[in-house]
Amino acid sequence: MTETLVDQRKARVATVSLAGCFGCHMAILDIDERLITLMGLVDFDRSPLTDIKTFTQRCDIGIIEGGCCNEENVHTLLEFRKNCDVLIALGQCAIMGGLPAMRNAIMHSGEPLRECLEEAYISGPYLRNTTRLIPNDPVLPLMLDKVYPCNEIVDIDYQIPGCAPSGDVIFNTLAGLLTGKFAGFDRATLRFD
Amino acid sequence: MSDPFTFRIDGVAVTAKPGQTIMEAADAAGIYIPRLCDVDGLRHQGGCRVCTVKAGGRSVSSCTQPAEPGLEVENNTEARNRVRRDLVEMLFHEGNHLCPICEKSGNCELQAMAYRLGMTAPTRFPYLEPCRDLDASHPDIALDTNRCISCGRCIRASQDVDGKGVFGYVGRGIHRRVAVNGDNLADTDAVLADKAMSVCPVGCIIRKNEGFRMPIGARHFDHGLIGHEIEEKSK
Repeated sequence: MTETLVDQRKARVATVSLAGCFGCHMAILDIDERLITLMGLVDFDRSPLTDIKTFTQRCDIGIIEGGCCNEENVHTLLEFRKNCDVLIALGQCAIMGGLPAMRNAIMHSGEPLRECLEEAYISGPYLRNTTRLIPNDPVLPLMLDKVYPCNEIVDIDYQIPGCAPSGDVIFNTLAGLLTGKFAGFDRATLRFD
Repeated sequence: MSDPFTFRIDGVAVTAKPGQTIMEAADAAGIYIPRLCDVDGLRHQGGCRVCTVKAGGRSVSSCTQPAEPGLEVENNTEARNRVRRDLVEMLFHEGNHLCPICEKSGNCELQAMAYRLGMTAPTRFPYLEPCRDLDASHPDIALDTNRCISCGRCIRASQDVDGKGVFGYVGRGIHRRVAVNGDNLADTDAVLADKAMSVCPVGCIIRKNEGFRMPIGARHFDHGLIGHEIEEKSK
């Protein structure tokens, strides 16, 4: 896998934010001036950073932020798996569902999704929803019964933990993968928050 | 019979007094054996099995197994640590451990143990995602049992140190859990100053009115792996 990345051409990278807060993409910017080093190693394909919406060609690396909370997330994730050689789950939401996964079990309800939507749109104490309806426009992606980590939908090759991962961890991992020298994470810098 | 004797942990000679467990002797010698249910000041339980070592060819929990003269103990090896990592990983799957939203994050022994054992992400098993109770009835203490790992520290502390028996195990097997001796915590004689309220390794027993008091960077495990205090004794 690493052999394909160590050749002379720049690696092609796609990124996406699924059910995340965009914090992990912001954390990519935390690598600061090393961005220049990274840009020497990669070209970006579809990504919120380039505003390209669909794959223009096959990519070496796909970076996924966020888990899957609706059918559009699943569709996008499957597209990434199909078009990328290596998939990286970036941050806790992509790895294990993260904050959105709070709706899975901690609602103390047999129907956690219903309870979540009702509190958000109908019964919450700080609401002003004059229609008293839960949004159900057909253009809205159908919500899943629960929030799924990426690896429950597709195979994930690498996971970078953190909420969000620090700029150092992101840069060291990406640079290590791109040069074929990634040897796992330093235990002292491992963080799940 | 009361003379100190030596045994070996990973080939290193360790002195022990008769009656000491393997872990007690290791702690005194500055060798850290990972543990979750065991903590200073409470009787040993041998419940979590994270401290399992190979002693004389058998897997034993080092917090309860007495040291013996000449014993050969295997502790910090890839094989032992892999088993420990699997145990810790399964604890993450069994409860609802969402580190980014947890008040204990950075001070949590389960999380710190995952760091020490190099668990990058718990994704090998399905998440059980149990629906568990949140008990906020007490004015000073909240119980979020989503994060309970059934280590039993609060049970032992309440019974043995506080003399109260606020907590106890109920159920059997996979259904065993820690419960309070009453309809909810407010119905018990629990108070914030109890030893039981300060021994929880995870974010299950929460002290109210001081959430997220420690900033990131100043928390207990922000600097140094869990167990480094013990390991520094041998340096």
